[in-house]
Amino acid sequence: MTLLESESPIDRGDPNTAALAVQDLRLVYLVRGKPREVLRGVTFQVRPGEAFGLVGESGCGKSTTAYAALRYMPDNGRITGGRVLVNGADVTKMSNNELRKFRATQASMVYQDPVQAMNPSLKIGEQVAECFTILGHGKNESEDRALQALTRVHIAAPASVMDRYPHQLSGGMLQRVVIAMGLAKDPKLLVLDEPTTGLDATVEAEVLDLVRELRDQTNAAVLLIAHNLGVIRTMCDRVGVMYAGKMVEEATSDELFEQPKHPYTIGLMHAIPRHGLRKTDRALSTIPGNMPSIGTELPTCVYVDRCPIATETCRTEVPPLVALNDGRWTRCHHSDDVDAIVEPDAVAEEHEISDERIIELNGVSKTFRQAGHDVPALVSVDLGFAEGETLGLVGESGSGKSTLAKTMLGVHGPDTPGTITLDGKPMKSMATERRDEAIRAIQMVFQNPDSALNRSWTVRKILHRTVTRLTTISGEEAHNRVSEIAEAMRLSEHHLDMRPRQLSGGLKQRVAIARAFAGDPRVVVCDEPTSALDVSVQAAILNLLASLQRDERTSYLFITHDIGVVRYLADRIAVMYVGRIMEKGLTEDVFNGPVHPYTEALLSAVPAVDGVAHDRIPLEGDIPSPADPPPGCVFHTRCKYHIPGTCDTEVPPTVTVSHRHEITCHLPIDQLPTPVTISV
Amino acid sequence: MSDLVNPGNEVNPANENDDEIEVEEPEAVPVATAPAQDRQTVRKEQRRQLLRDPSFIIGFSIVLLWILCAVFPGLLTTRSPDVGVTLADGTFLARSSPGADAWFGTDGIGRDVFSRVIYGARSVLTTAPVAAALAVAAGAFLGLLMGYFRGWVDEVISRISEAFLSLPVVLLAIMVLVVFGSSNLVIILTVAGLFTPVVARTVRSAVLAEAQLDYVTSAKLRGEPSWFVMSREILPNITNILVVEFTVRVAYAIFTIATLAFLGFTGDALRADWGNDIANTYTLIQAGQWWPTIFPSLAIAALVIGVNLIADSLDKALKS
Amino acid sequence: MARLIARRLLLSIFTLFILLIAVFALTRVFPSDIARQLAGPFAPQERVDRLNDELGLLDPLPEQFWRLLKDVFTFGSGDSFSQPGVSVRELIGPALWNSAKLVGLSMLIFLPLSIVGGILAARRKDSRLDRGIVSFGLASASIPDFVSGVLLQFFIGVQLGWLPATSSSVPDDAGFFTSLRFILLPALAIVLVYFGYIARITRAGAIGVFEADYTRTAYMKGLKPIEVIRKHVLRNALQPTVAVTGTQMGYLFGGLVGLETVFNYPGLGGLIFKAAKAPDLPLLQAGVLTVAVIFMLATLAADLLIAWMNPRARTATEA
Repeated sequence: MTLLESESPIDRGDPNTAALAVQDLRLVYLVRGKPREVLRGVTFQVRPGEAFGLVGESGCGKSTTAYAALRYMPDNGRITGGRVLVNGADVTKMSNNELRKFRATQASMVYQDPVQAMNPSLKIGEQVAECFTILGHGKNESEDRALQALTRVHIAAPASVMDRYPHQLSGGMLQRVVIAMGLAKDPKLLVLDEPTTGLDATVEAEVLDLVRELRDQTNAAVLLIAHNLGVIRTMCDRVGVMYAGKMVEEATSDELFEQPKHPYTIGLMHAIPRHGLRKTDRALSTIPGNMPSIGTELPTCVYVDRCPIATETCRTEVPPLVALNDGRWTRCHHSDDVDAIVEPDAVAEEHEISDERIIELNGVSKTFRQAGHDVPALVSVDLGFAEGETLGLVGESGSGKSTLAKTMLGVHGPDTPGTITLDGKPMKSMATERRDEAIRAIQMVFQNPDSALNRSWTVRKILHRTVTRLTTISGEEAHNRVSEIAEAMRLSEHHLDMRPRQLSGGLKQRVAIARAFAGDPRVVVCDEPTSALDVSVQAAILNLLASLQRDERTSYLFITHDIGVVRYLADRIAVMYVGRIMEKGLTEDVFNGPVHPYTEALLSAVPAVDGVAHDRIPLEGDIPSPADPPPGCVFHTRCKYHIPGTCDTEVPPTVTVSHRHEITCHLPIDQLPTPVTISV
Repeated sequence: MSDLVNPGNEVNPANENDDEIEVEEPEAVPVATAPAQDRQTVRKEQRRQLLRDPSFIIGFSIVLLWILCAVFPGLLTTRSPDVGVTLADGTFLARSSPGADAWFGTDGIGRDVFSRVIYGARSVLTTAPVAAALAVAAGAFLGLLMGYFRGWVDEVISRISEAFLSLPVVLLAIMVLVVFGSSNLVIILTVAGLFTPVVARTVRSAVLAEAQLDYVTSAKLRGEPSWFVMSREILPNITNILVVEFTVRVAYAIFTIATLAFLGFTGDALRADWGNDIANTYTLIQAGQWWPTIFPSLAIAALVIGVNLIADSLDKALKS
Repeated sequence: MARLIARRLLLSIFTLFILLIAVFALTRVFPSDIARQLAGPFAPQERVDRLNDELGLLDPLPEQFWRLLKDVFTFGSGDSFSQPGVSVRELIGPALWNSAKLVGLSMLIFLPLSIVGGILAARRKDSRLDRGIVSFGLASASIPDFVSGVLLQFFIGVQLGWLPATSSSVPDDAGFFTSLRFILLPALAIVLVYFGYIARITRAGAIGVFEADYTRTAYMKGLKPIEVIRKHVLRNALQPTVAVTGTQMGYLFGGLVGLETVFNYPGLGGLIFKAAKAPDLPLLQAGVLTVAVIFMLATLAADLLIAWMNPRARTATEA
C-alpha cells in the first residue's frame, strides 16, 4: 500500500489549525532555464507551541524548506507543487502585498550569521523599531516598543544597545537582537536557520535557553534547522530527517535519537561519537558515498545507493510510508530489519602512552602589540606531548587556542623567556629559522582545506613538494613516496592529478592530512579539522586520524569546540581561558571530575546528543578581553564558586588532583565540582 | 607507510564516493573519469563561456580587424597614407568629401583618409600593448613585494605611488615628454611607468588576500623561502587578475597615447596616427570638413571599446 | 574624527612634498635650455642669456628650490615666465573657476544618472535593462574624452546645430542660461565618459548589497522593495561610488587637456599644458600643485562622507 505524497501516514490534526503545515512541497531551481528539483514532495506539520527540527547533511533541502515557509527563495527558485499553510493561510498563493503583510505580522526568521543579518550602517534601535513602524506604529511608540523587545530578550542596558551599531556588539548579543526583531510581532511561526552556528557553546546555550523561554511565553511554533544534532536534541519535540529533497523519517526527538528506524538516520546517529565512545573502543560508522546532487534522477528509494541493507526491491519499488507506533513514520521497505545494521568492530590493539615528552613548552607566552597596547594572548603555558598521544585543546573562541598552536609551529615567535624543546633540545622560535629536523617534526592540518591547499597546484605537486622539502628523498623515489602516502590516505592515483576545487570537502581534508604526514612528523596540530564537514565525512576523517596515529605513533594537538569529538579522540584534555591553561588531565579524569569550575560550565553548556543536561551552569557575562584581564584568577568574574578576597586578588596555584591531572584554582580539591550528567 | 591503513576500520575506497566534484552545473561531465584533463576541463569550460559571450565575440572581432590593419595594411588599401591622391585622369583630390573616389575622403593635402585610418592602427597597436605589458610586469613585482612583506616596504612604495596617483596620468606624461622628448621609446616607458602604481595597488590587494590563506602558512611551515612563496605559491593564483589587468591597461594605454598624440606628442609627426590626425584637422569641422577628423575618432572609439569588451568578458569568465 | 582629518592632512602634505621634489627634479635637474625655448629659436644669444639671468635659472639649485617653496607658501604670488608681470595666481584663478563650472555641471548630470542606472541594473541583474546599461556604459566610458568631444561637436554642434560648437565665443552680456549653453557640450562629453564608469561602480556595489544577508532580513521584515532600497541598500551600496568619485576629481580638474583643447575652453588642464610646453616653470608647478591639492581635498571629503555613511569605517579610523 502506498500513500499519496501529500498524505502524512500519521494523523497530526487539521492542517488548517497547524501553525505550519507543509504539504507535498515541490520546489525547483532554474539552472540555465532547466528546472532542477530541490524539494521533491515534503510533508510535515508543526503545531502551535511545538518545536520541530529538520536534520540531514548539506544539500538535503532543509534550509530551502525553512525559507520556503516564508516563501523566500533565490531568484531562480520556483514552487512547482504543494502547499505551505501558516495558520491556515496558503503562503504559496499570496500576492506580493499579502506576502509582505504576512511576513510583517505572522512569521519571522532568525538567521545563521547574526553579524551579517544586521545592517552595518544603521543603529540597533532603528532596525528593531522598524519592525514596529511596519505594523503602523508611530516613531516614538516604535522606539518604546523596541526598547521593550530588547528587554524581553534579556539584553542588559537595552537603552544603550539601541544607540549602538552592529559591529559594536558580540555575535551572541546580536543574535538576541535578531530574535527580538523576530518576536516583535508575536509571530505564530518562528523559523530558525542554524541560529547558533559560529557561536561559542556557552553563548549557544544562552541563546537556546532564550528561544525556549520565549516559545513557552508566546506559544509560537518553532521550525529549527541545525547541523549540530545536539542542538536539535535539546530543543525539539519532533524531528524530521531529510534526504535528497525528501523526508525519510519523522519521530519525536527522543525516539529518533535513541531508536532511529530509517537506515539513513541510523547512519547519522552512528557517525557521531556518542555515549562516551572513545577511539580505543571502536571506529565510528561512516556512510559510504554522497548524497545525490540537486536535480539528478533519483532511484525509487532515494537512499538505496548508500544503504547497507538495500535489496533489489528498493531499486524497483517506491518504499512505503510506514506508520510506526505513536505518530512516527519512516519511508523504507525494510523498517523491520534495521537491526541488521551494525557498528564497526572493537579496536583490538591498544598502546600505552609513556610519560616521556617529545615536544615540551615551558612557560611560553605570546604578547601581541595592538594599537599601542600589549595584548597577552598566551600567558606562561606549560604543555608536553608524549609519543602517540592526542591532546585535546578546548575553550571559547579568543581563549588563545590557535595562538598556542601557531606559536608552537613557529608562525608567531613567543616572548622571552619561555622555551619550546624538541627531544629536550630548544627549538628556534620561528619556523623559517628552524632546522630541517625541527620543521619536519611539527606539521599542521587546518580547519578549512579550501584555504589550506594551493588551488593552482595539483594534489601530486602539493605532496611532492612537501616530500622533497621535508625529507631527503628526491627523484623517482619521491614520486613513489607520493603514491604511497596517497594510498595510505585512500586517495586514488587519479585524485593526484586533480586540483583541490575538483575534490569534495572530505577528499580535500584527506589531501591536507596527507601533506601534514608527508614528512613523517612527530606532532601534528589539527585545528578544527572536521568542523566544516558533514557528520558522516567527519567520522571518516576521525577514523583516518585515529588509525594513522595507531600506526605511526604521531602525537596530535587537537583543537576543537566539539566536546563529543574531543572525548572520542583525545587521550588528554587541556582547557584554556583568556590565554591560560586552567586544567589539563586525562580525558576520563576530566569527564569524571573533579574539574575546574570553568570546565564544569563549559561541559554543561554543550547541547548533548544523548539527552538533556541537568543543572546546567550558566556562564554569565562576556569572556574578558585578553588586553585587560581580570586580576587574580582570570575566571573569577564568571565563577559561581568565586571566593571574595582571594580569587580576585591572588593568582591561583596549580594543584595536581591525580596523576597528570592539574587544575589551576583556589578551591580545595574536595570542593571542586564534578561535571553534569546527561540523561535521556 | 603503506601499512598505515587499517582496512577493518575504514570505508571501502570503492564505495566511499568522496569523488564528486564541486561543479556548478549538475550536467557537467563527471571529472573523475578523465583526471589528466581536469585542468583543461576547467579551462575549456571558461573558454566555452567566453566564446558564447557576445561581447567577447564583438570585442575580439574589432581588435582582430585592427591588428590585421596594423600588420597587413596593404591588404586593405593600395593607396599610400602619406602621399596625396591623384586619380587616373590626373585630378588631384584634395579636401574631397567621402565618395567613390576616396571612401573616407581626402584631407587638406590630398591624402586618403581611409588609408590613414588603416595605417594609423600601427602606431597605437605597437606602443600601447608594450607599455601595458611593462606596467603589468613592474606592477606585479611591486605588488607582490608590498602585499607579501607589508610593513615599511609597503609603506614606502605606497607613499611614492600615492604622490603619482594624485595627478592625472596625462598631465604627468606631458611633463615627462616635454623634458625627454616624445620618441616612441619615451612614450612607452612613460606610460608604463605611470600605470605601474595602479597595477601595483591592484596586485597588492590581491596578494594581501592570498597571504591570509592557510596554504601560505603551510608553505612557511615547510620552511619555504619568501621568493618561493611569492613566485610559486601566490603568483599562479593571481594570474587571472594579471590577465584582466593587462587587457584593461591596454585600453587605457590606447586612450592615453591617443590623447598624447592629439596634444602633439607623437613618435613621428608625419606618420599616420589617429590622435595626431584629429589634432591636425578638428578645427575644420565647423567649416564642414568633418571626415578627416570623424573617421580617426571612430577608429579610436572602436578599438578601445573592443579591447574593453574583451577585458570585461575575460573578467567575467575567469571569475566564474 | 578630528584626529582622522589631521592625520590625513599631514599625510597629504607629505605627499605634496614628494610631488614638488619630483616636478622640480624633472624640470630643473635634467638639462633643458628653458630660456632658449622661451625666447624662440631665432632670438639673439644675449637675449637668451639675459632671460636666463632674469628668471634665476643660473642660480644654484637649492636657491631655486627655495624660491619655489616661497611661491607655494605665498599661493603663487610670483610672476609667470611666459607672461612677465602677471602673477601665477592671476592665471590660475580664472582657469580654476572655469574648470569648476564645467566639472560641477557635468557632475550634476552624470551622478544622478549613473546612480539610478547602477541601482536599476543591479536590482534587475542580467535583465535586458542591466545589459543595456552595462554595455552602453562600457562603450561610452571607453572613448577618450577628446574623441567624444569631437563627435559631440560634430553631431550636436555642427550637424544638428542645437548647441554652440565651441565654448570660447560666449557673448559678454550672456546671462546664466546662455553661458550654460556654451559649456553644455563639453560637459556632455564628460558625462559620456563618466556615466558608464560610475554606473558600473554603483552597480557592483549595489549587487553586493542586494545579495547581503541584511537585505534579506529587511525583506523578511515585510518592508516594501522601495523602502528596502531607500533605508537599507543605498547607504551601503553607494560607498564605492563616493570613493571613486573622489579619486576622479584630479582627472576632472587637470586631466581634460584634450577636451578643453577641442572646445577651446580655458580650463586648468589646458593652462598647465601650455605652461609645460612654454615652458613656464612657476605656472607649471603651481598648476600641478593645485590639481594635487584638489585631488587630496576631494578624496578626504569622500572618506569623510564614507565615514558618515559607514559606522565601521568611522570607528576603524578613530582607533
